[in-house]
Amino acid sequence: MPDKIIPEKILYSVTGIFDHPDEIINAAEQAEKAGYKKYDINTSYPVHGMSTAMRIGPSKLSYIALVFGLSGTTLALLFMWYVSSWDYPMVIGGKPYFSLPAFIPITFEVTVLLASIMTVVAMLFIFFKLPNNSHPLHDTDYMKMVSSDRFGISIQASDPLFDEVKVKDFLQNLGAHHITPIYFDESEISVKNTVFEPKFIGFLLAVFFATAGFTYFSLNYILAWGPFNWMWNQHKLNPQKRSELFSDGFGMRMPVEGTVARGYMPYLYKGNQAAASKYMINPLLPTKEVLSMGQQKFVTFCSPCHGYLAKGDSRLRGQFPNPPSLHSEKVRNYQDGDIYHIITEGQNTMPSYAKQITREERWAIILYLRALQRSQNAKETDIK
Amino acid sequence: MSFDYSKEIPIIEGGPKLADIDDVIARPLDTRPDRKFYIALSITLTMLAIGAVSLGLTFYYGIGMWGNNQPNGWAFDITNFVFWIGIGHAGTLISAILFLLRQKWRNGISRFAEGMTIFAVMTAGIFPLIHVGRPWLAAYLFPYPNEHGIWINFISPLIWDVFAVSTYFTVSLIFWYVGLIPDLATLRDRTAGKIKKILYSIFSLGWRHSNRHWHHYEMVYLVLAGFATPLVLSVHTIVSFDFAVSVLPGWHTTIFPPYFVAGAVFSGFAMVQNVLIFVRKIFNFEHIITINTLERMNKVIILTGSMVGYAYAMEFFTAWYSGNPAEQFVFINRAFGPYAWAYWTMVSCNVIFPQLFWFRKIRRTIPYMLIIGILVNVGMWFERFVIIVTSLSRDYLPSSWRMFYPTLTDLGILTGSFGLFFTLLLLFIKTLPVVSISEVKSVLEGAQPSHLHNGSEEVISHSSNDSGVNHA
Ligand code: HEC
Repeated sequence: MPDKIIPEKILYSVTGIFDHPDEIINAAEQAEKAGYKKYDINTSYPVHGMSTAMRIGPSKLSYIALVFGLSGTTLALLFMWYVSSWDYPMVIGGKPYFSLPAFIPITFEVTVLLASIMTVVAMLFIFFKLPNNSHPLHDTDYMKMVSSDRFGISIQASDPLFDEVKVKDFLQNLGAHHITPIYFDESEISVKNTVFEPKFIGFLLAVFFATAGFTYFSLNYILAWGPFNWMWNQHKLNPQKRSELFSDGFGMRMPVEGTVARGYMPYLYKGNQAAASKYMINPLLPTKEVLSMGQQKFVTFCSPCHGYLAKGDSRLRGQFPNPPSLHSEKVRNYQDGDIYHIITEGQNTMPSYAKQITREERWAIILYLRALQRSQNAKETDIK
Repeated sequence: MSFDYSKEIPIIEGGPKLADIDDVIARPLDTRPDRKFYIALSITLTMLAIGAVSLGLTFYYGIGMWGNNQPNGWAFDITNFVFWIGIGHAGTLISAILFLLRQKWRNGISRFAEGMTIFAVMTAGIFPLIHVGRPWLAAYLFPYPNEHGIWINFISPLIWDVFAVSTYFTVSLIFWYVGLIPDLATLRDRTAGKIKKILYSIFSLGWRHSNRHWHHYEMVYLVLAGFATPLVLSVHTIVSFDFAVSVLPGWHTTIFPPYFVAGAVFSGFAMVQNVLIFVRKIFNFEHIITINTLERMNKVIILTGSMVGYAYAMEFFTAWYSGNPAEQFVFINRAFGPYAWAYWTMVSCNVIFPQLFWFRKIRRTIPYMLIIGILVNVGMWFERFVIIVTSLSRDYLPSSWRMFYPTLTDLGILTGSFGLFFTLLLLFIKTLPVVSISEVKSVLEGAQPSHLHNGSEEVISHSSNDSGVNHA
């Protein structure tokens, strides 16, 4: 850096160089004595006794380690408690859900991990405010010397006691050489915000497309390559696939004649409403749960045609033969079995709902329908 | 022979100046790699390629390419894992434990050993991944909320292992990087190359060698060392839990944690010693990594080797004393069964040969210590092999006994792991300072103030980087 003084340059500090560690300790002590506050000592390795000479109190970073270490301990334990005894409790080896001895290794590791990372992060980025490559001391002869084998002191212009001439004298008297003023680097203090520059935005776009493209490619293609078969290829027959095992070549087989699927008892009164009416009894009681289930199923399956209140006020009016009201004398006098039969088999234009509605739900719908009938045709006595 | 014990032997010999240190340490970085380097690199890259091909075969055809079978579900894969993790232990031991014990001689070798830790853990990390057969699903090992609605099992030692190894890797990396920052700053200020300058500037974060920073820096170094010390002990302890927590005879013993830790330090030191012998010779670091330093490492080797030997004896004693026939059988089987050759290789390499280090002459002669170091590593590899394979191949039920024989793929992967480790090491040697510039400077003669002018000097306030303030 050229040593000439250009008026518009802003002074950062005045620096001096020493050759021996004893001298630099002395320099620090004298600077303290002289009352300078904003000065720094630069040496390429920590010089013993410097903290005392500069009167810096003990570093607070150890507290950061303590705080984050303890948070690590707590977080790890809480997390393992949450996972193992709350969210996904599993008995393993007959141990309790929360088994402290088995949790200690992980607790310890997390403690160490969090404390170490955070201490270093705090030191570098909060205490030291690094990265800082635009500091005025960088790229100076001063920095070159202290980086190698010299010991430097730099007294900053922002110090209240600073006076360029006096500071130079002070350093001279201490026996420093290479006494040099250091200026802020013009180009570095007048940095403009470059976030909106087309180049930068172009760069962002490029990164965006590259990332998106790569992600798309890897998720859709790479993951389907060679060894990553995700168990897709298995020695079994998938639905709709041929099989040479059978003479007809079908991989899928029809169930044996008379097979009854689990939970699907065949309907006993096929085409025989009279019998259904006579022999079937509603197994459910009109409890709150049953009625609300019935309401839900009624609204879903019946109301489009019969209306919310079963008055026959279909929302499909005009597009479908008008469904009847379910408050007719006839329906009110139906046995539960009759209605069950109609839901199960359908009636003329009304289709069968046996496939959509389980048997239990049918009975619930009937109970709900009974409630509707009673509410819509209430007698005087019902109010009392 | 007479020694003057009142005088401390200088850590760095020949009384070099501070600036000389920069030059010597930065020389490998400033000069272009020579033929020898390329020859070495091509050897390690070939080994790496062999490993890559073997791994490719493993991925493509599945782990049936290996010699593993029922009941030998763990064989070369886990042997290699434990072996490499063990190698990694020396680095943190040197950089953290010896730091806390104020062993200044560590300053010359700590950076290198830390680097080796990182590479060894990286190498080790491959094995559990490939061992699961579908390494691309390894993320399942971490507890993250997922679409399956399930969590990992925190009571499994294998999960502890995941946490231990990943924590160990991260903390070692941080430790290493924090140590590198001041050195990178020094390199930044002396380099002439433009690209180098940019890279050094980025990675040194704009470090200014400020004593206001050194002050905190030393505290953090101390804190990190404090954390890394129990950490390094925990890692191999947890690795040993992988075995000890199971119920297999030969594995289910409480002696495993200390025995594994001692073994890890033992093999790690042997590896560091071996590699340092070459590094100091090739790069003329003989005055920084002195014969005294190597001798001290050999002393650690003899100590840990004896501990390992004691553990071998103790295992036999426990087996006999327990009165448990399955346990007794396993140990007799180890020594006289079909894998006896592996067992006796292990015993002779780990227990017998290192005892030669009791002789000062052998401790201080490069060729001898090199050979013993290599033998130690051979022995330690076989130790893990013996523990794993002899126990698995013959457990409680004789009807399910079966021998394990490695396949070519197994051997290829083992070769590849050495290839990876040494390739990384070679690249490290050529790209970063393998000796800590600032730490070495701080223990040079005359680098610290003489304290004559300052009676009020408080030592405690700067419990420091190289510690042990010398009030000579
Ligand atoms: C697709 C429209 C439609 C839906 C949905 C529908 N129905 Fe019907 N329903 C009809 C029609 C149309 C009739 C008259 C059939 C006829 O002409 O006999 C009918 C008749 C009935 C009858 C006999 C009424 C009588 O007077 O004979 C009952 C009871 C009945 N439905 C109950 C239900 C129940 C309960 C549901 C809900 C599960 C339901 N329906 C869903 C269209 C529908």
